[in-house]
Amino acid sequence: MSSGIIEGLKERLTISEDTRIMFKRLLRNPTAAAGLFIVVMMAFIAIAAPLIAPYDPNKVDTKNRLQPPSREHIFGTDQLGRDLFSRVIYGSRISLTIAMLAVAITALIGVPIGLVSGYYGGKVDEVLMRITDMFMAFPRLVLALAFAAALGPSLYNTIIAISLAYWTIYARLVRGIALQTKNEAFIEAAIAAGASTPRIIFKHVFPMVTAPLLVQATLDFGATILLAAGLGFLGLGAQPPTPEWGVMVSEGRQFLVTGEWWISFFPGLFILLTALGFNLLGDSLRDITDVRARR
Amino acid sequence: MPVVARVEDLSVDYITLRGVVRVLNGVSIDVREGEILALVGETGSGKTTLGLSIPRLLPPNAVVRSGKILFDGVDVFKLSEDEVRELRGSKITVIFQEPRISLNPVMRIGDQLAEVLEAHVGIDKKTAYGRVEDMLRKVGLYDPQRVMKSYPFELSGGMAQRVMIAMAMLLSPRLIIADEPTSALDVTVQAQIIDLMKELISSYRTSVLYITHDLALVAEIADRVAVMYAGDIVEVGDVYDVFYDPLHPYTQGLLESIPKIGYRGKLRAMPGEVPSLLDPPPACRFHPRCPFVMDECRKVKPKAYKRGDHVVLCHLYREEGK
Repeated sequence: MSSGIIEGLKERLTISEDTRIMFKRLLRNPTAAAGLFIVVMMAFIAIAAPLIAPYDPNKVDTKNRLQPPSREHIFGTDQLGRDLFSRVIYGSRISLTIAMLAVAITALIGVPIGLVSGYYGGKVDEVLMRITDMFMAFPRLVLALAFAAALGPSLYNTIIAISLAYWTIYARLVRGIALQTKNEAFIEAAIAAGASTPRIIFKHVFPMVTAPLLVQATLDFGATILLAAGLGFLGLGAQPPTPEWGVMVSEGRQFLVTGEWWISFFPGLFILLTALGFNLLGDSLRDITDVRARR
Repeated sequence: MPVVARVEDLSVDYITLRGVVRVLNGVSIDVREGEILALVGETGSGKTTLGLSIPRLLPPNAVVRSGKILFDGVDVFKLSEDEVRELRGSKITVIFQEPRISLNPVMRIGDQLAEVLEAHVGIDKKTAYGRVEDMLRKVGLYDPQRVMKSYPFELSGGMAQRVMIAMAMLLSPRLIIADEPTSALDVTVQAQIIDLMKELISSYRTSVLYITHDLALVAEIADRVAVMYAGDIVEVGDVYDVFYDPLHPYTQGLLESIPKIGYRGKLRAMPGEVPSLLDPPPACRFHPRCPFVMDECRKVKPKAYKRGDHVVLCHLYREEGK
């Protein structure tokens, strides 16, 4: 009995061969390695924020306001004398949390809709896809703005707004693959072997979706971070004094003309880096997981 | 001999954009316990449709116009969707033509076979894998552990078909429908697969409906043979009877059109073409090509005439049997 548990644990803990091969391919590709490096760095910064940040991100110190980057404050200080480096470090927590939750929710809504729509087809597909079309009729940024404005500006509403704007991508992506897969011979064989429809959808169709889904999710991580920052910048997302990057860029905007560039610059730089990292990783994941493109 | 599956007067149409295709035209046949019954016929003669109608696997555009199918005495068309699913994969299994595309490309072989067990009998993973391993060994895969860890693309065609056979045999089915299982394989591999199937079938006493157009293969594997032409079964009998003493003019023509080693004369091809099933000839569907055609053939569909265990549907034999 106990030996079975230990064996099960072992199996769980050892990385499968496929995963190892994928990592090897990732590291051999310079773009992918760069993307992976940035993403891992950001994740590390977010997790270890209290250890890295030298100051409390919300501690006001009016005597030291608008200080340029120096030894004490490597990114300088803002209009309330808060340490920008600490704020940017803590900001990564917020951005990554938004991205993670938003992508998880979008996938959770979009994937089942896509699977059901693609596999069942017919009227079910028709109804679900027309609903999807309604959401897709608007540009995603406009839709997210509308939802954020309607729900009221807050961190959680940002996540909901982004999810509502983005789930259609997943529904469409998954539907396409399900549609293709359901005519494959192995689905026919699975039906002939007595598998029920839910079993076929989850055991045979869903695995076909995972690779493209991983790519899409990675790319959307970047897009979501940009969108969340955009909403924050416009005042429809996280609210000050939350150290959210978009909010910080917005706060620093008025000081750009008077020469205090660093307040907007550093959060902006981190937005850029993070989005870039996820995009690089997502793009190379697409190349790696695409069997047709592999030599 | 007890009958496993009885098909009675089955008519199936396909509704297509070009019209109604009358595929099966009142077909009747018995599959007996423990026998290999070969179903031969040209492409489009309806042999796959007949085979797949037993576990109710017809495509959505198929319509059963008449007839019934009794499997172990149970009318399959009267079963609920769940009850049919219970039959599929356990009592009735199917082996398809292309083994490698019939396996899920992103699932390991072991998981795929264990999946079938899981779907039908509630057993834990460890027992399931054990049974899968045993079965893989029985179908002649010498390193079942390695095969179970493989993905379908890592197997050769012959290995993949052995896996499919293992999958079909896992739950000791009553009936296997083998739809040209060796057509996609090399001749040498074909011979191995056939030997394997014969061996397994005799030890499990499973019945097989073997769908093929390869007459040489039929002579090798089958106990009985049913010849199909344009949606009709025209002749059924013991392989020796049918091959040495073909009764139906179509069977006679079919056997004459096989090239024989050492024979130098011209090969006799059958005149005419297989009719379109969108608008099949009335009465006996073979009459436009038949060398012995009579008036009656154009008006009345022939009944089944028996000569012992040898059955033929042709007016030529009406005097003889009833």
